[in-house]
Amino acid sequence: MKKLLSLGLVLAMSASMLVGCGAKEEAAAPNEAATSESAEGAVFKIGGSGPTTGGAAVYGLAVQRGAQIAVDEINAAGGINGYQIEYNFADDEHDAEKAVNAYNDLKDWGMQVFMGTTTSGPCVAVVEKTNEDNMYQLTPSGTAVEAIKYPNAYRVCFSDPGQGSKSAQYIGENGIATKVAVIYDSSDVYSSGIFNTFREAAEGYGIEIVAAESFTADNKTDFTIQLQKAKDQGAELVFLPIYYQEAALILSQANSMGFAPMFFGCDGLDGILGVEEFDTTLAEGVMLLTPFAADATDELTTSFVSKYQEAHGEIPIQFAANAYDAIYIIKAAIEKAGATPDMSVSDLCEAMKTAMGEINLTGLTGTNMTWTEDGEVNKDPKAVKIVDGAYTAMQ
Amino acid sequence: MKTKMNLTKSTKSTLITVGIVVVAYIVMQILGGAGMLSSLMKGLLVPLCIYAIMAVSLNLTVGILGELSLGHAGFMCVGAFVSAFFSLYFKETMAAGPRFIIAIILGGVVAALSGLLIGIPVLRLRGDYLAIVTLAFGEIIKNIINVMYVGRDEQGIHFSMKDAYSMNLSSEGQILINGAQGITGTPNDSNFTVAAILLVLTLIIVLNLVNSRPGRAIMAIRDNRIAAESVGINITKFKLLAFSISAGLAGIAGVLYAHNLSILQAQPKNFGYNMSIMILVYVVLGGMGNIRGSLIASVILVLLPELMRQLNDYRMLIYSIVLIVMMIFNWSPKAKEFREKYSIKRLLGKKTEKGEA
Amino acid sequence: MSSFFSYLINGISLGSIYAIIALGYTMVYGIAKMLNFAHGDVIMVGSYMAFLAMGSLGLPPVVAVLLAVVVCTILGITIEKIAYKPLRKAPSLAVLITAIGVSYFLQNTALLVFGANTKMFTSVIKLPPVILGDGGVNISGETQVAIVVCIIIMIVLTTFIKKTKAGQAMLAVSEDKGAAELMGVNVNGTISLTFAIGSALAAIAGVLLCSAYPTLSPYTGSMPGIKAFVAAVFGGIGSIPGAFIGGILLGIIENMSKAYISSQLSDAIVFTVLIIVLLVKPTGILGKKINEKV
Repeated sequence: MKKLLSLGLVLAMSASMLVGCGAKEEAAAPNEAATSESAEGAVFKIGGSGPTTGGAAVYGLAVQRGAQIAVDEINAAGGINGYQIEYNFADDEHDAEKAVNAYNDLKDWGMQVFMGTTTSGPCVAVVEKTNEDNMYQLTPSGTAVEAIKYPNAYRVCFSDPGQGSKSAQYIGENGIATKVAVIYDSSDVYSSGIFNTFREAAEGYGIEIVAAESFTADNKTDFTIQLQKAKDQGAELVFLPIYYQEAALILSQANSMGFAPMFFGCDGLDGILGVEEFDTTLAEGVMLLTPFAADATDELTTSFVSKYQEAHGEIPIQFAANAYDAIYIIKAAIEKAGATPDMSVSDLCEAMKTAMGEINLTGLTGTNMTWTEDGEVNKDPKAVKIVDGAYTAMQ
Repeated sequence: MKTKMNLTKSTKSTLITVGIVVVAYIVMQILGGAGMLSSLMKGLLVPLCIYAIMAVSLNLTVGILGELSLGHAGFMCVGAFVSAFFSLYFKETMAAGPRFIIAIILGGVVAALSGLLIGIPVLRLRGDYLAIVTLAFGEIIKNIINVMYVGRDEQGIHFSMKDAYSMNLSSEGQILINGAQGITGTPNDSNFTVAAILLVLTLIIVLNLVNSRPGRAIMAIRDNRIAAESVGINITKFKLLAFSISAGLAGIAGVLYAHNLSILQAQPKNFGYNMSIMILVYVVLGGMGNIRGSLIASVILVLLPELMRQLNDYRMLIYSIVLIVMMIFNWSPKAKEFREKYSIKRLLGKKTEKGEA
Repeated sequence: MSSFFSYLINGISLGSIYAIIALGYTMVYGIAKMLNFAHGDVIMVGSYMAFLAMGSLGLPPVVAVLLAVVVCTILGITIEKIAYKPLRKAPSLAVLITAIGVSYFLQNTALLVFGANTKMFTSVIKLPPVILGDGGVNISGETQVAIVVCIIIMIVLTTFIKKTKAGQAMLAVSEDKGAAELMGVNVNGTISLTFAIGSALAAIAGVLLCSAYPTLSPYTGSMPGIKAFVAAVFGGIGSIPGAFIGGILLGIIENMSKAYISSQLSDAIVFTVLIIVLLVKPTGILGKKINEKV
């Protein structure tokens, strides 16, 4: 029987090999076409990656969909420099190794510009590969410092240290609170990254951290202990450098405990009002630093949100907005560089690198965004406060 | 006479198994040289070796020793972190070649030692209780690594279990292990050649062990513990031997893993019980105790989800269905009847070989 | 002192939920001798059902819970019939792998059907919190209900097994499948019944879990599932009072270590305690001693 099994396995393997070869040929064909054909039928091939399955799927799917809207808009308006965009998104399962696989798969497909990855950890692994290939990379939402450590990589969002110190600065300078408790996800790069810089910056602004409580990815349903400690230490404000799902839980558990401090968060908190069936009165008075608010009333945001809602039946989170902007940033850089699809990946990257220093863009997540040499974005963080179930800008 | 024949047979079988890897390596090198390999395939070569090593080493515990372990990824994690820490620490001061060799040995040895340490109290448990304790150990290892902060500056090494800030590093300091953010900047020393050599070494170690005197003792323990004890086999010794070799080999797989990516984080996805179970799936599908089966099954099951990328959203769903169908096909009585009726064996005549390689 | 008391009550409440899930694990293990790794995902399906019934269909909470129970019961029986029954004679590891396949299947189907976005679960419990000791201790409605429901389930289940014919049949099958069959027990029917009860309990646990910790995603069930599995082993797998005790203890240890030692290391502490318990009592707290035959 064992022999039969192995035979069956061998059969399955040869079958999958065939599939693999077929896929490879398929993938290779358009690649050649793209490089050899004249400008006539050529397209810009933009690839993206992020988790579309697994526990972090919500971020990857948001990026995939947000970027798709931008691609559709651009293609409908005549493309970039007259060339259409072809867009492909690969699943990386929020895992460094799978992210490298996803990137390689996109390369086989003939990708010329890489919009990814969605999450920080995988991004650190992939940037190594894009650097080797000298492929232009723009991460919509990878916040770790190392995620863009090479000159070919840029990002749309703020880095972790940026968010942490800006939060401390905001709380301190506006005299919002002096006794602060922090609840953060110690197993998450984004969250602990912000926390570390927040802690470093806090002292300078006269903020006393009375409790620094953490949780881990395996243990994120019960926050009563952490809240109890914050309460016992007399925290006036609880800083939540985490994502909105856990924040929603924290708010409702704090409420049922009868603990009502001020809450302050970063861009990860955006989306909290969109959580289905969430009692938004719980979020009343929550402050957050975020570049994007889904219910802003400017034309760009409303059109994006309505398109997204129409297609997917839900309100976009900031990841979607970052990805939408990312596609437009790529477009602006290509246009500035006057690049064409027949350029090699490396030439395209060099041209776009020069262009990145020159473009100035207004998108969903910031006005007059510019980029520095090291790939970081310059834009103002917006502080918003939730009043009557909607974001209101704070001064 | 009979033993001699068995011996030659097992040597032959070992040679075939090793041969498969060598041929696969040569084919891949030729294809790669001719530029006929896709980037995806090229990127997958090292991971394929890693998971094959994992599956083969777990088969030693599960198939040969007969103890269910759900914490194999924990040993991989130990090997990965120890070696990555070493490599990062000596990144500037040592040449890549010797550094990587020491890293491999270090990762393997430390993982084997941790296997020994864990094995001493734990191996007296049986069956599902042993399974849950190994799962627990895997999770503990992951959990502890996630709260370790290690840094260095001119005063030496700093350590904290709280956060990076509590290490009080000077401004010149460098953070080596940053808690849950793990280790970044590990040199990418892994390559297909080293990975393939290590895979071959793993196969030779495991197959030789199986066909040796200790190996037969280990299998005797699996088949009937009390009988084995009564003929004077030292149960604890041989159990520990198999368990720690298995752990050490997993550690080596971890070294390859750590040096294949520039970031190393201990997450549920890569070092949690999910990964241990994934490896167990390779072992069970390949056939318990069948080393060649583990090799082939791991290759197929690692490739499968990657080759299904065109299916996008349905990829993992189909993968799960394939898993269920394969298990039912292999073990359900009805499927057995069906297979016997239309078996390849019958079609090809009687070309039997014992799969127990 | 008052905070110690809140930690304790919250721990018991969390433990009650673990206990209800662990009951499902333990019963299935006792009868079918398999680790049903998909059990955690049945919890998730139950929660989604209750969520949809209340949100989209606007049904009252009691009906929603009933609907979730019915759907999960059917799901449990179906899984058993399709995926586990053909493998009844296969090695237990083969069934374990199938269960993992089923678990992935349920997760990924939920991902496709319900989307990856976290849903906020409206609590089905509308009891006011009990406040003791000048507001220092606050016992929420969810906490009270979880503990009460767990005790009720415990009593009903024990009575069911002791007093009814079906319950006795379950005992007989778990003791010796072959002998039970010879005595005229419908083994297949009994196994289906066990899966049905286990899955119905999973639905209840799911609703309680999501009421207390109100987020819902396709992966909601997996971690509580594993924890409950640990709880079942803790108490001695196969033993119903064991699952109850294991669950409660696990909940208390988890909360206490979070409160007084380290919130980051709480999982490591829980697992360490488990290992120590198993080293002292190798078959769990209430586990039966296995007599080896030569």
